Amino acid sequence: MKIKHHMSDELLMAYAAAELPEAFNLVIAAHLSMCDECRARSMAFDALGGAVIEDSTCDMSAGSLETCLARIGAMSQTDAPLARRQDSVLPAPLMDYVGGGVDSVKWRPLGMGVRQAILRTGDKGASARLLYIPAGASMPDHGHNGLELTLVLQGAFRDEADRFARGDVEIADASVEHTPVAEAGEACICLVATQGSLKFTALLPRLAQPFFRI
Amino acid sequence: MFDAIAPQKAYATVNPRLYAAGDRCMTPKKGNLRLTADAEQIDWSALVFRVRDDQDKVAFAALFRHFAPRVKAFLMKSGASEALAEECAQDVMATLWQKARLFDAERASVATWVFTIARNRRIDALRKSRRPEPEELPWGPEPEPDQAEVLEAQQETERLGTALAQLPLKQRVLIERAYFGDLSHSEIAAETGLPLGTIKSRIRLALERLRHQMDVKATDK
Repeated sequence: MKIKHHMSDELLMAYAAAELPEAFNLVIAAHLSMCDECRARSMAFDALGGAVIEDSTCDMSAGSLETCLARIGAMSQTDAPLARRQDSVLPAPLMDYVGGGVDSVKWRPLGMGVRQAILRTGDKGASARLLYIPAGASMPDHGHNGLELTLVLQGAFRDEADRFARGDVEIADASVEHTPVAEAGEACICLVATQGSLKFTALLPRLAQPFFRI
Repeated sequence: MFDAIAPQKAYATVNPRLYAAGDRCMTPKKGNLRLTADAEQIDWSALVFRVRDDQDKVAFAALFRHFAPRVKAFLMKSGASEALAEECAQDVMATLWQKARLFDAERASVATWVFTIARNRRIDALRKSRRPEPEELPWGPEPEPDQAEVLEAQQETERLGTALAQLPLKQRVLIERAYFGDLSHSEIAAETGLPLGTIKSRIRLALERLRHQMDVKATDK
């Protein structure tokens, strides 16, 4: 698997600083699970955080170390790490949200064979969902109010800009209006995080929007 | 206009070398605070291993004296009150003790690892968005890590620190503020009157410069 479309520095730095909505954090965590190159870049941004932390200091309260040692004395041992679960489509961070592998996804039909599953994330400003697009089918034409990240988990899609296959991430801002089409052969499954809500350009999907929560 | 924001936060910067020398004097224990000959720096990883293997409180005290005040300063700059920052810094250090066996010295310096613990503590304390972690790599930390790799990870953080300090002030302040997470880009834009595009391009320039510095120094070795 050769990943061609990667995360931007801006997003990786914001992820390192924990400054993104949960929906975007999830897409980045999923991408890093599949992309060694971005994982290495992400670790470099953590190292930059280490350098920032080294840069300034202040006074601790009196008796701080003793308080801390007393706290350590009262702690129980850490639990053993959970057994690793594996899925051929969903990387581990995504399995936590779905509650299992790709077979556990609770799809809802969107029409024309397209299905989606909204994932429960804590923030108001952004949402995450899985999309299932049958081979050869297209997503409704849409633009968005803000940033949208689309990570391919299975199959591939093309839009006006390029081709995106498993592991690739498409970063689209509000100016992008695109019509992704799944390639022939295999259904395309994507993880999509969207800031604000999607704006469909055709009349009918726009009417359906509140109903389907996209 | 943007420079006006810098002095609001007093940066009590301590020369890490002086600080390290102080720690060394305070922990005279059979020479196993190993120093690297060229850098005159404490091998923080070795101290974490002593905490991991021997629950060594002297080693922990040295780590605490160095990192706890830095974590506290980081959290205060992130918007925590002094009392909250103090408590969280203690939590972070207690987590370091508790999770010492998860520290992978070949992949990260102690400073980097402490940063990641502090970041996660800040998410809880300041009710930030949940931040899922990537899938763990199939290999965990080595019980006997390769010393060259360990040294490399620590030196990388030190080189990054030097490169960060050498950035033009305007760029460095933006990078640091991004990590303190006290303001989003658009809030910084509103506060400073700088267009969002200028902030983004300044951060981009800073990252390019850091990358360049790291490349130059890596080939110098």
